[in-house]
Amino acid sequence: MDMTPFILSFKLAGVTTFILFVIALPFAWWLSQTKSKSKPFFEAVTALPIVLPPSVLGFYILVALSPNASLGGFLHNLFGVQLVFSFTGLVVASCFYSLPFMVQPLQNGFESLNRHMLEASYLAGKSKLQTIWHVALPNMKPALITALIITFAHTVGEFGVVLMVGGSIPNETKVASVAIYEMVEVMEYGKAHIYSAVMVLMSFLVLLSVYFFNHSQKKVGIV
Amino acid sequence: MLEIAIQKPLQGSQGAMVLRVDVRIEQGSFVVIMGESGSGKTTLLRVLAGLEKAKGEIRVAGHLWNNLAPQKREIGFVFQDYALFENMSVEQNLLFAREDKALAQKLLSLTELTGLATRNVKNLSGGQKQRVSLCRAMMNRPKLLLMDEPLSALDEKMRTTLQEEIAKLHRAFGTTTLMVSHDAEVSYALADRILVLEQGKIVKDGTKDEVLEKEQKIAYRLK
Repeated sequence: MDMTPFILSFKLAGVTTFILFVIALPFAWWLSQTKSKSKPFFEAVTALPIVLPPSVLGFYILVALSPNASLGGFLHNLFGVQLVFSFTGLVVASCFYSLPFMVQPLQNGFESLNRHMLEASYLAGKSKLQTIWHVALPNMKPALITALIITFAHTVGEFGVVLMVGGSIPNETKVASVAIYEMVEVMEYGKAHIYSAVMVLMSFLVLLSVYFFNHSQKKVGIV
Repeated sequence: MLEIAIQKPLQGSQGAMVLRVDVRIEQGSFVVIMGESGSGKTTLLRVLAGLEKAKGEIRVAGHLWNNLAPQKREIGFVFQDYALFENMSVEQNLLFAREDKALAQKLLSLTELTGLATRNVKNLSGGQKQRVSLCRAMMNRPKLLLMDEPLSALDEKMRTTLQEEIAKLHRAFGTTTLMVSHDAEVSYALADRILVLEQGKIVKDGTKDEVLEKEQKIAYRLK
């Protein structure tokens, strides 16, 4: 069995999760603390990938990243980066697609914290960054784990956006979900069964680990 | 000397009002702020701590505090709900405020918490948690100690014990202290001076004998 599509899927999910964590952490913190009237606007934009058909999201990302578009052309001319039909393009598309799965659990986690606990940290002379790192995140581990794992798992399970932006280039953009689609198209059902079973098993194990972890945290009284 | 001259519009228990406080407090004194719920007591403490904005001036030993961040104010704050860092042990809560092991040990010894130093704060009783909160507030040797109804969530026996410990710490450190309390007995036992707030204004200001009603003093002496 060719493992490359799985390796690509996991590589894509790992890179996306890391990038999204770095971007989403300050954004989710801002959303949780702000009293700005623009908050619902940002929340709605963040949640869009949940309700939009992946083909719509994929279409706009494809258009934006194309060398003929201003953003894609700018990146192409300045850095020589070709984003459509490349792994880098897949990462960019995945970051948009999985954004709500990172932002929402983190925002909920921050909002569930005792506000006085954060204020006590400020009054102890700690900066916002120190407070987030040493006080907020350790006290919202279930939300943190949920954000990381669900983002990872969701990216592994991507199909529509990945197909539209990345196509199906072996060793470059042909991730597991796309490989299964192609197997079905050429009626290689035996192979498709094996690939699909591996995906089901891995997804189940990931979700099981999240629920086990959150359950154990509840037992020790963290949530 | 602490000089407070602030105004802040508030939504009080009886609708819109203005918190208007103009008062000078001697260094090292213990001032209790009394008044009905919604009279602006907690807001006054939060403004002094820099957690909320207000118009006017706050001066400590001649230095203007208005634009000083909470991190820079050298304030100890004891919250009604303890606001301890639940991911840390008793000792870690203190050392997070300031890496001073000798002071932490001294404070834990004064409040008879030495035996619980390594215990996670989640596993403490309400009274023990409030003592940890008090010790943590003293860790950065604050210029001003602010306590927001620190005894109200405790039973009578624990209230008396903690009241004695607060007095002990005040004698040991001589920190200028402002404590919000509903309890006339606690106020009588601890205060050098009592301020009574009503609808955001100070309506009584004097020594405990001047401010507290005769019956409340008798009730305290009989105990």
